[in-house]
Parts: sequence; structure tokens; C-alpha cells
Amino acid sequence: MDIHEYQAKERFRAAGIPVPPDEIATTAEEAEAIASRYGGMVVVKAQVHSGGRGKAGGVKLAKTAAEAREHASAILGMEINGLTVHKVLVTPAEDIDTEAYVGVLVDRKRQAATFMVSPEGGMDIEQVAATNPDAILKLTVDPRYGLLPHQAYWLANFLYDDPGLIKQTSRIVAQLYRSFVDSGASMTEINPLITTPDGDVKAIDAKMSIDDSELFRRPDVAAMRDSSAEPPSETKAREAGLSYVKLDGDVGCCVNGAGLAMATMDLVKYYGGEPANFLDIGGSSNPDKVVAALEIITSDPNVKAILFNIFGGITRCDDVANGIVEATKRIEIQVPIVIRLTGTNEEAALRILEDAGFSAYTSMDAVVEKAVQLANA
Amino acid sequence: MSIFIDSDTKLVVQGITGRDGSFHAFQMMEYGTQVVAGVTPGKGGQSFEGPDGAAVPIFNSMDEAVARTGANTSVVYVPPAFAADAILEAADSGVDLVVAITEGVPVLDMARAHAFARDKGVRILGPNCPGLLSPGKSKVGILPAQIVTEGDIGVVSRSGTLTYEAVFQLTNVGLGQTTCVGIGGDPLIGTSFIDCLEAFEADPDTAAVVMIGEIGGTDEQEAATFVKTSMSKPVVGFIAGQTAPPGRRMGHAGAIISGSAGTAEEKIKAFEENGIAVAKRPVEIVDLIKEALA
Repeated sequence: MDIHEYQAKERFRAAGIPVPPDEIATTAEEAEAIASRYGGMVVVKAQVHSGGRGKAGGVKLAKTAAEAREHASAILGMEINGLTVHKVLVTPAEDIDTEAYVGVLVDRKRQAATFMVSPEGGMDIEQVAATNPDAILKLTVDPRYGLLPHQAYWLANFLYDDPGLIKQTSRIVAQLYRSFVDSGASMTEINPLITTPDGDVKAIDAKMSIDDSELFRRPDVAAMRDSSAEPPSETKAREAGLSYVKLDGDVGCCVNGAGLAMATMDLVKYYGGEPANFLDIGGSSNPDKVVAALEIITSDPNVKAILFNIFGGITRCDDVANGIVEATKRIEIQVPIVIRLTGTNEEAALRILEDAGFSAYTSMDAVVEKAVQLANA
Repeated sequence: MSIFIDSDTKLVVQGITGRDGSFHAFQMMEYGTQVVAGVTPGKGGQSFEGPDGAAVPIFNSMDEAVARTGANTSVVYVPPAFAADAILEAADSGVDLVVAITEGVPVLDMARAHAFARDKGVRILGPNCPGLLSPGKSKVGILPAQIVTEGDIGVVSRSGTLTYEAVFQLTNVGLGQTTCVGIGGDPLIGTSFIDCLEAFEADPDTAAVVMIGEIGGTDEQEAATFVKTSMSKPVVGFIAGQTAPPGRRMGHAGAIISGSAGTAEEKIKAFEENGIAVAKRPVEIVDLIKEALA
């Protein structure tokens, strides 16, 4: 789960990291009022779960409150990478001396939280890694000890020469690690971490992604979810316990298992179609789940055909077939449905589906080809 | 032979009294796995009834279970909130292999568990994996027994049902398996593709390997290099997620393209550049294995 910049900054402040003040506006008038309270120059920043906000025109400097109002009015409602901006953050503009990058993420190879820091802040760290890898220090934290004081010092010492800056930054990276762990994060970033002409170190941007598996034990973090930042169908899927990602195609996919669901989408593409979604219905034959899945898929107006691909392992195919028949009695479907079931009790499953008037298949290729043909018809 | 488990595997089921634990303990016993103990804190002294009235003793703790039964492997069906503790307990108890089925274990909990297990020299498989099955010998986890048959193909995969799909197709044309291993869909997993490839290479009964990967991370890319430098046996590959958009988690917590890294495209390229024949569709896996063995 991604959280917004202003929410990540709240987490940072709670951990003691110096972050300039800010307020959130949902209208241009509010932005103007906030800017005039701060006085002086402010920055108006789009709050969306996407990188590249600056390039998209979602971050603007305003010299006056009236200008803040104009910028907010342009940014609110703007689309950045397909996401509509509903909120802007207004914060006093800082005098910047230098910009550094500080990030923590769960490194898969090192199997632990790993810091990445670079004196080349303010730009995409992937770009720095590609063009100037020596400008990045990577440091893996042993999860049993946490970030040790000397490690915090090493990170800070890599960024700055000035003892005062090093001292402040050692504290900030330790606080960032604490915030990372206490938030159940999978990634957090300060980019840039700035120094000011007065010799202060501050975080003027903040990014954080939360490990979904942490949410059950962190209600304060879970409460930060912004459902307006995702399609309503994804909210509904999550509430129904389904894994769903909306895509742009027209073949609705309903599959058991994440790997098989991805392979099914790929096969749709292989046969000249475009998948409308990723959906993993899990191992259940429960008709309620099938109903929820069908409601979610059919709520997408682009869907022209629905494709089921079920591998019956421990779950029996005939149970799943009964679930599908039961579900389609409860909800009216306007588009054709084709179903493929294979594995345990597949013959019984095919009979159940054919008796109910469905086209049923045992071959994954045959059913995907059919679904693409129906969607393109 | 087989890898990681065989007929000498003596298994403890952690969470044997839960819904999933009890169901799968029964299934594993039916398959012939030696389930020697169950562990559920607070239920020590009770017993679990398997097929044909077979009784499995239940213990409060892993150290007791191992001391009393000589178990060498454990399987974890404990809910996510307690799974990492169960894995740590298992790694501390004297077993060599801990198979973690549970999905949704917090990643930072697993970072601690993996570090601990590495120091103890204990292998963790998973979490968020279907386990493994050596046909005719032993099954640990949730793989459906009826889709496998004995033979000389090794199968290793990050996925569940996609693995079943591939294994079932192999079985249907008479290509049996030495061991089918699901390594799990999480970002931090205990046993990598390379660990499995190394074991298959060393296993005299395995003639060829099917490796099924997906988007996210670089485990497949490293495995591809390993195949080229350290394997004599043919490896056939498949990668799921060519149509997955970047930055979105595709079901598995580990199936996510981060920035520009971990795409299906780069994994397929790594496979092809290192002599791994890549199936464009799951159905082609069987043909490629047949060619590799011809």
C-alpha cells in the first residue's frame, strides 16, 4: 500500500525527523488561505501515488498566495500517470544549499532492509545507479540488531564532510530506520534531503510504501489508505478478499492462483487480445467469491468477454463448476463467458457446466483463443 | 532419488489442529508421508487422527516434538501473525528443513527468521509456497498428489497453480518427476532457484529441469547464469507476467516490477542468453522437455 507524501511526512515527524510544516488543501481557495498564513514563497505539490510529479507539472513554486491559488487550481483535478489529483500539499519554500538522497528498502537478495544514500539527490536514484554507481552507498541492516550507531555515522559521513551536517544526518537516518520498521514499510525515501545555508538538514520530500502483510497489526497505518487513489473496483476486490488489478483490455480474466493468472493474461495477449484485469480468485469454490469476482469484472465497461481459467488441485473442479453456475444464477451477465477447468474431477465439472449451457474447455489455449475471438467479434 | 525430501523424511506439522493444518496433515499421511508429530501450543498430549485410524501425537512445542519423535522436517500452517515465530522455533529445534506454507507473513518478520535460520544452517522453503512433493516418496505442503507421477524431471517454480498446470501436462504425457518444488511468491524466500538447481544437478535421478519464474526481483536472472556456468542437465523455462504493468503487485507479494527492474522481458532474455529454452506458452513446456531429452 502506498501512502501520500503528506502522510509519510507525518510518520517522519513522529519519528523526530526535521520536516518543514505543511497543510493539505482540496480547493484552490484553501491553498490560497494556507499560503497567506505561511507568508512568503510556498510550494504547491500534487498528492498522488505516482513518481514523476514534477515532470508532469504537479509541483509548482508560488511567490504569492494568489499564485498558490492559481497553481492549486491547475493541479487539482489534473491527471498524473492516470491518477487524478484530489489534494495538494502547501509548504513554505526552503532555501536549498545541497540535495542528497536517502532511501531504505527491503532488498530481496540481501534479505533485509538496506539503505541507499547518495549525495546526488533530487533526481531518480535508478538514474544515478545507472550513470554514477560510485555516488551511491548501500548498507544492509541486520534485522536482529537494527541500524547500529556506527552504521548511521557511515551513511552520514558518505553524504557530507561538515561535522555538524554529519551529526544531524546520523540522527536522521537512525530516525528513518525506526520510522521504516514502526510503519511496517517495504520502502521509504527522502529525496531530497536538503542542507540549508544556515546549516540545517531537512527532509523536504517523503515517500513510503507499506507491506500489505503488516496492515493487520498496524491499524494507524491501515487508516492512511486513500481509496480515492484507486479504481472503486480495486477497493471492492480488496474488501471481498480478491487480488485484482484493473488493466485496459477487454477480456475479463478470473483465475485461481497468481502465477496462473499472469500466465493467462499473457496468453490472451499471445492470441491477439488484451486482458482487462488480473484477478486471483484463490483456492475457494465459494459462490459468494465468484459472484464478487463477476460483479467486479462486469463493472468494467470495457469487458467484452469473460474467461475463467481454473486449475483444480486440492479444490475440486466440480465444486468450482457448481460455484460458477450458482453465481451466474444470482447475477445477470451481459457478455459471453467461457470456462476452462482442469485437474481433479474435471469430467464431472464439464458436465455440470455444459448442462447449465456454458462452453466448457479443458485446454488453456483453446479457451483463451475463444475468449479473444468473442471479445474481438 | 529426489531433492530435499524422500521416504526418510519425518515430518512435524505446526498448526496441526487448525483448519488448513488438519486437512493437509490428513492428505500428506494419505500420500504416505511419515507425519510423526503435530505441534499446537496448549494442545500437547492430544492426538491427531489420520487416515485408517492412524494417531499422530500432538506436542506443545517443537523441541519436545523433535526430541520425542526424531523429526527432521517441519511444515508451517500457522496464521500470518504467528508464522514467523513458528518458523524461528522450528529453526531452533533441530530440524533441517522448515517448509512455510503461510501466505501474508510480514516481510520484516521474515528478514529476522531468514537471518536466524542462515546462522543455524537450517533450510527454509517459502514462505507463501505450496511446498514440495517427491512422487512415490513424500509430500510436504499442499501440492495435489493426483497430478504427479514418478519420473526423471525436476520442477521448480515461484507459483502454485501454474506449477500444477505444468506438472499435470508433464504427467499426462508420461513425463514423471523426481521432485516438484514451489519456492514461494514472497519477496524474501529461504530457498532460491539456484538452491534447487544445484540440488537437481547433484541428484542422479533427475535428467532435466523445468524452471517457472515470474516478474519481480532477479532470482531468475542469477539462476540463468548458474545454469550456464554450473549445470550439465538441460533446463526449460517459463516466465509469467509479460503483460503485468510496472509498480503493481500481481497477487504474490513478490510479483512486482520495481522501477524498470524485474520485468518478464529481462528474465526471458537472461534465460535465452544462458542456454535455457523458453516456452512462450505453458503448453510448450512439454515439447521443450521432450526435445531436451531427445
